[in-house]
Amino acid sequence: MVALRSVFLKDLALAYRQRAELMQPLMFFVLVITLFPLAIGPNPETLQRIGGGIIWVAAILSLLLGMERMFRDDFADGSLEQYMLSPTPLYMIVVIKVLTHWLMHIVPLFLISPLLALFLHLTFDMYVALMLTLLLGTPLISFVGAIGVALTVGLHRGGVLLALLLIPIFIPLLIFATSAIESASMLLPYHSQLAIIAALLLFSAALSPMAIVYSLKVGQN
Amino acid sequence: MWKWINSFAKPEKAYWLCDVLQNWFAAVATTSLIIGIVWGLGYAPQDYQQGDSFRIIYIHVPSAILAMGAYVAMAIAALVGVVWQWRTAFMFMIAIAPVGAVMTFISLFTGSFWGKPMWGTWWIWDARLTSQLILLFLYLGVISLYSAFEDKQQAGKAAGVMAMVGVINIPIIHFSVEWWNTLHQGATITKIGKPSIAPEMLWPLLICILGFAAFIGWVTIVRMKNEIILRDLHRPWVAQRFGGAEIGPADASANAQGKR
Amino acid sequence: MRVLLAQQVACEKSDRQLFSNINIELHSSQLLYVTGENGAGKTSLLRILVGLSAPSAGVVEVNGHDIHKNVHDASEHLFYLGHKQGISQLLTPTENLKFWCQQHGVDKNDDAIHDILAELGLTGLEDIAVKNLSAGQQRRVALAKLWLKSAATLWVLDEPFTALDVQLIAELEAKMTSFLKTGGAIIITSHQTLHIDYPLSNLHLDYSW
Repeated sequence: MVALRSVFLKDLALAYRQRAELMQPLMFFVLVITLFPLAIGPNPETLQRIGGGIIWVAAILSLLLGMERMFRDDFADGSLEQYMLSPTPLYMIVVIKVLTHWLMHIVPLFLISPLLALFLHLTFDMYVALMLTLLLGTPLISFVGAIGVALTVGLHRGGVLLALLLIPIFIPLLIFATSAIESASMLLPYHSQLAIIAALLLFSAALSPMAIVYSLKVGQN
Repeated sequence: MWKWINSFAKPEKAYWLCDVLQNWFAAVATTSLIIGIVWGLGYAPQDYQQGDSFRIIYIHVPSAILAMGAYVAMAIAALVGVVWQWRTAFMFMIAIAPVGAVMTFISLFTGSFWGKPMWGTWWIWDARLTSQLILLFLYLGVISLYSAFEDKQQAGKAAGVMAMVGVINIPIIHFSVEWWNTLHQGATITKIGKPSIAPEMLWPLLICILGFAAFIGWVTIVRMKNEIILRDLHRPWVAQRFGGAEIGPADASANAQGKR
Repeated sequence: MRVLLAQQVACEKSDRQLFSNINIELHSSQLLYVTGENGAGKTSLLRILVGLSAPSAGVVEVNGHDIHKNVHDASEHLFYLGHKQGISQLLTPTENLKFWCQQHGVDKNDDAIHDILAELGLTGLEDIAVKNLSAGQQRRVALAKLWLKSAATLWVLDEPFTALDVQLIAELEAKMTSFLKTGGAIIITSHQTLHIDYPLSNLHLDYSW
């Protein structure tokens, strides 16, 4: 327990020391969303129709950008090796790291999304659906993404490769999340979409720690 | 029996198996493809609705089904490699990956040619085409990840994990894309979905499927033989078998320094 | 007491056999000095012995536990110092060592950590981010972990003398000698000659590429 708390606190301390770097995916998120009205035209109805989709695509891309932080520095400075040799099982350490990383990246996203909902003229119901789908869907992105990060941790310039590997895997999440927002825009219930996303989240949360641990061992061989 | 099965983990034994199977696959592939394609493209009766343009299914359907099948085979090989540490399993995995990717591409390409007379458009986001496109990306992901590592055993393990993650995702992706498609499409396209097929049209299709499967097996076996020799180039059995000097320490260190 | 047993360990890298049929039996108070040219596989061997890499053949047991099946139990009394320092550049030495102690079940408070940093000549530098220290100072912070994990019975050190000045090398050698005398075992690789007045066994890896 002490060990896991210290992993959490260490990652928190490191994130704080690198808070400028943490801002970058967030800025990217806002910029990408800003591009759309500029590219498609400011018509509120059009923006509202595609708004949920834009925010979700931008969220996936920006989370992918920030994903490497999970293990990159630990690999580079040897902390990962020390984790592997510590008395705490690696899968527990990995779960803590993934959740800490998720918190660091999702909280700013959450805080900035009312602004972006405003930019894209989302209704309040759509906004609620957006928040719920982000809440349930982004941990899924973190867990499954961590597998990809762990596999590519030793590669130079693994960033684009990581995106190529992971984007197809996130497509179902994207489909269900945007469909929930669309249903919300028509004031229809969207429990089933949320339930499916939650199921995908539970499934990946259960299986990915094992996969991440194996991938770390492969990646840093 | 397990010992016999486990002996195929050694590249030399696997190479022997490839040698044995190669000609059988070649024979089945050649005959089935010739019979199936000539029958299907030339002699099967015309479709009452689509006329002659339906004949593309003799290429499209086998390639589509087998693109999926090849991915599953690749994922099973990945599992064997990761769990039982078989080097040959990873060699099979990377041998079949580009073949499966090309099959996927063929299915997309022929599907597109079928779409033009059918739906009036080269591309449409229907459930199956979209799923096949995503399958192609999954293949390309596995291949790119494998090529990013220099140590091929490590590459095999990494690409193997991605192949397994992909195979778990394939049913999820199919389900989600079909669901997405039914939400968003019009009624006209669903009609083309699943026509029942007459036996005179079915038989050439089955023969084509067999032919394509044997063809995939044939090409994979040839690729696998190449992969085995490439990976085992410095082992004595390769030199013994193919004659020529065994690459000795002097050459080896020259190679190693060149690599560095 | 037998601390480490390696049986028929082999390693392959990029489809070439780096070494094979390595057998090591290490008991308390024994020192194993692994030598070999660059690229012969010393680091790979050490990583296999501590469980960071998987061997292509063979079994390694540390303190009775198979290190690849049960790395966390096996590494309880193990200390590994590899090429990478194992410390974060952005944290201070105190923070680094405090976190490390918590993660490895080492019960040392802040004062003990400060004492050890002082012993290593880092007084006044405890609260500066590691990236602002010189290479030698960073190496000392990494070595401080060795001083901290006093419950370890096996040290596996991969070129620990890199970037150290003469005085600290002597200190480290003295520390190693006293550790060996109290029953610890050490596996070490180094390019420099060891000036330790203690019997050692040598394992030489040939460059066989």
